[in-house]
Amino acid sequence: MKIDRRDFLSLGIGAAAGIGAGTALSPLPWKLIDDSSIWSQNWPWTPVPPDGAVSFKNSVCTLCPGGCGITVRKVEDRCIKIEGTKGNIVNNGGICILGLSGLQLLYGPTRVKAPMKKDGGRWKEISWDSAIDEIVKRLKNIRKEGKPESVACVSGTDQGTVAQLIGRFLTAYGSPNYIRTSSIADSYEIALKKLHGQFSSIGFDFENSDFVLSFGSGVADGWGSPVRMFKANSKWKDSKDKALYQIESRLSNTAAKADKWIAIIPGTEAILAMGIANVIIQKSLYKKKLIEKYSKGFNNFKALVLKEYSPEKVSKITGVKKSEIIAIAKKFAGASRPVAICGSGQGRTPGSIFEFMAVHALNALIGSVNNIGGVFSVPEPDYIKWTEAEKDDVAAKGIKTDRIDGAGKKYPDTRYLINRLIDSINSTGDSPVELLFVNGANPCYTMPDTENVIKAFKKIPYIVSFSSYFDETTEMADIILPNHTNLERLEDIPLAAGLIKPVVGLSMPVVEPECNTRHIGDVFIQMAKLMDGNIKASFPWNNYEECLKKTLGDKWDKLARDGYWVDENSRASRGIFDFTPLVKNNRNLVKPEGKSKLTLIPYDSMRLTVGYIGDPPFAMKTVEDTILKGNDVFVEINPKTAAGYNLSEGDKARLTTSKGKAKVRVHLYDGIRPGIVAMPRGLGHTEFDEYLAGKGENFNKLIGPVEDPVSGLDAAWGIQAEITKT
Amino acid sequence: MKVDTKQKKFGMAIDLDKCTGCGSCMVACMSENNVPFKKDETNKLDSITWIKVYKVTNDKKYPDTDLCYIPRPCMHCDGQHGHAPCVSVCPAVATDNDKSTGVVSQIYTRCFGCRYCMAACPYHARYFNWWDPVWPEGMEKYLSPNVSPRMRGVVEKCSFCFHRYQLAMDKAYVEGRRELREDEYQTSCTQACPAGAITFGDLNNPKHTVHKMVQPDNKHHGKPKNPKAFRLLERLGTNAKVYYLSDRKWVRKLGDNQTPNEESSKKH
Repeated sequence: MKIDRRDFLSLGIGAAAGIGAGTALSPLPWKLIDDSSIWSQNWPWTPVPPDGAVSFKNSVCTLCPGGCGITVRKVEDRCIKIEGTKGNIVNNGGICILGLSGLQLLYGPTRVKAPMKKDGGRWKEISWDSAIDEIVKRLKNIRKEGKPESVACVSGTDQGTVAQLIGRFLTAYGSPNYIRTSSIADSYEIALKKLHGQFSSIGFDFENSDFVLSFGSGVADGWGSPVRMFKANSKWKDSKDKALYQIESRLSNTAAKADKWIAIIPGTEAILAMGIANVIIQKSLYKKKLIEKYSKGFNNFKALVLKEYSPEKVSKITGVKKSEIIAIAKKFAGASRPVAICGSGQGRTPGSIFEFMAVHALNALIGSVNNIGGVFSVPEPDYIKWTEAEKDDVAAKGIKTDRIDGAGKKYPDTRYLINRLIDSINSTGDSPVELLFVNGANPCYTMPDTENVIKAFKKIPYIVSFSSYFDETTEMADIILPNHTNLERLEDIPLAAGLIKPVVGLSMPVVEPECNTRHIGDVFIQMAKLMDGNIKASFPWNNYEECLKKTLGDKWDKLARDGYWVDENSRASRGIFDFTPLVKNNRNLVKPEGKSKLTLIPYDSMRLTVGYIGDPPFAMKTVEDTILKGNDVFVEINPKTAAGYNLSEGDKARLTTSKGKAKVRVHLYDGIRPGIVAMPRGLGHTEFDEYLAGKGENFNKLIGPVEDPVSGLDAAWGIQAEITKT
Repeated sequence: MKVDTKQKKFGMAIDLDKCTGCGSCMVACMSENNVPFKKDETNKLDSITWIKVYKVTNDKKYPDTDLCYIPRPCMHCDGQHGHAPCVSVCPAVATDNDKSTGVVSQIYTRCFGCRYCMAACPYHARYFNWWDPVWPEGMEKYLSPNVSPRMRGVVEKCSFCFHRYQLAMDKAYVEGRRELREDEYQTSCTQACPAGAITFGDLNNPKHTVHKMVQPDNKHHGKPKNPKAFRLLERLGTNAKVYYLSDRKWVRKLGDNQTPNEESSKKH
């Protein structure tokens, strides 16, 4: 058969078409593609979580001072999920975003997996014995040199057995320098001391309040015990007669939940409180009999308020309309169970004592102090009844020396002054602190003027960190003795965040320690045993568990069963309310540093944790793209103000204050007072994992401490800033 | 075998006046359902969040501005003829509107990633896995065996924590029951919400709180009789099983509620 060109071509085309059509019509290639994609989808990197017996374990969350009860769901020995404990006194089943992300901290890449020592700028794993030996050797040397007071501790709390053990160690060693990081707890404590004459914590009976006047407190943004506050807020919403008024320069989530948002000029809250007092007194709306019977110095206060704080004058300073001031005062005094609160945002930084006293005076005027729905002076839980630590001559001499942070001297009612610690280290040639313990705190991130703080920490010859995670402060340390995480350790947790009775929670280990970590209580007992004489003698316990069980005594069973213990016998201290300190300090307003036109303020949100722990990946995932985009943080500006700087949505800009500079982007927001720039707290970490580090800017780098004239604590609420388009 | 034929219609009511926008529901969901995460999650188009909290404002100038958060899980649409928009378009039968529970399912191993469902969903409730999930070393430990981790190339979405329903039913069957108590099947977000803003239950059961709250009118495709309740994009007729409540008119309006009841409700 002869095949000519024509046949060849037609055959060729026909074959090609046939193969083409065949391919298209045959399922084979499609099936192969499908199979290969299914096959590659099932490559072993998509994990198959092993199944097993399910169990639930209860504990108390310690990731913030809120003290929520948590129930951890486990499959065999793995923790699967953290849930809120139903029936718990604080959170009754609810749980916050940070508590929910807890397993990412437990199993996360930022854990310090074993004791570490810095060797030529790099971390090297060492054994527990050699780590403790090294520290004990140093402690012995410092003591031999007769400078026991140069050993200090910075801690997130001063309550509970762990904090008390460290304090006891320092006392027996001879140092008065146990320093608690500051928050509104300090401000309230000092205000209560001044007005009532007694040290106590503050408690609020929100569940029974029918009108809440909040001077910037983020009750729906993480203030107090967050879950409890969310629940209280929902309760207010359920009833038509209950209301929340929010006084704040920015429409925060709290302001949005409030029945009324009063956009005040920031920093003038104390003046507004005095103005409200003026109306209440002027219109005779206060509880006269109560004031006559239970207060001192009221006449002076009355005279001052009537003379200096007329609504007209207050309106000019605060930017709140005169009619509004009168309306707020009437509403407040007219409510049956009102309460006034303060401490801005989540209350992580202390504030002006003038403001705290002025706001608390409002409660006194309308009889809300130690009354249903009002505020209570709550004594600290009194269950740790150890004999006093033994002191030898060195210790007796050492603890009598002045505190390095100067607390208790110039400001007699202030117990801790961490901002002054930084100054006193930086202002001298050699650091007065030779050795520093850091526990439950991350001052190199959370304190204002971060660069200055880091400078001070660099000067401290030896820093011991007990952190479970690689945070900014731990990175500055010389040695890390990693503590168990909150899910791995036993600890009593006195709940400090605004409950009206002293409550102690019990954090229980829900899982075996994941890494080569050790309980900080055990480490201190062990160190004490290696020291000689009185220090060893002051620690009669073999280990922390024994110490805790003996300390709690008959409360142990109740705590182990329910997770918390309420001191029902405690009574609120019913002191006389003294208006005199308020009258004396009524001009001590805290002004922002600088001379620029714009005022930079921080804001807090539940989705960005601002404490010593960094935001876990899950929480970071919820951060809106109008707050963080890529690595850029957005600042909020009123569109009117932005127009003056030629800034539009999303523009890149440089934010400058007297403390530092930051690259930011602009988010136009109508819910903010003109002239103000608001920046989220909780970003700009340099440590932790790749899901957090290097994202955004740290607000604390841009602000410096401003000392409150009454307490000496940092009371800066904002700073003057410039913004320029880049 | 006796088969229970009584139809359930699980649904949700979210009180937007209580929601604080804290984000707990989002994380409760991620941690319950083995949702992965990446280094950068700020591109929200590829950031997988089965329930996403949207922030909306009333668009008024300072100081009359107001804001509201709207948590958006999958709406588990019933559609006009029993079909959700996504179910109708799926060529792989990978998603289905379960008649006995009203839950719109997603079967990952059937899905071949055509993403028709994503285009069809008016709520952006569906997410595509552009990459295989990667957990940092050690973190795979917390993965739950109740929900299979998804692989690259498939679509995923909120399941109303259907595995919780299955576990609760298993337990009930073992105990010789065929019906669940209201609190036995609750989604992870409902359970976690610190504000108690989410209510979950059977919309067909007049005893359930969710039914009492929204008063669904089943003769009119589940439209809420409660004038404060509304559904997102009601006019599209998706017949969603997620309802929202708000006293604020601008919020309801934004949700596209155009029911006649709208005008008679209380002004905020």
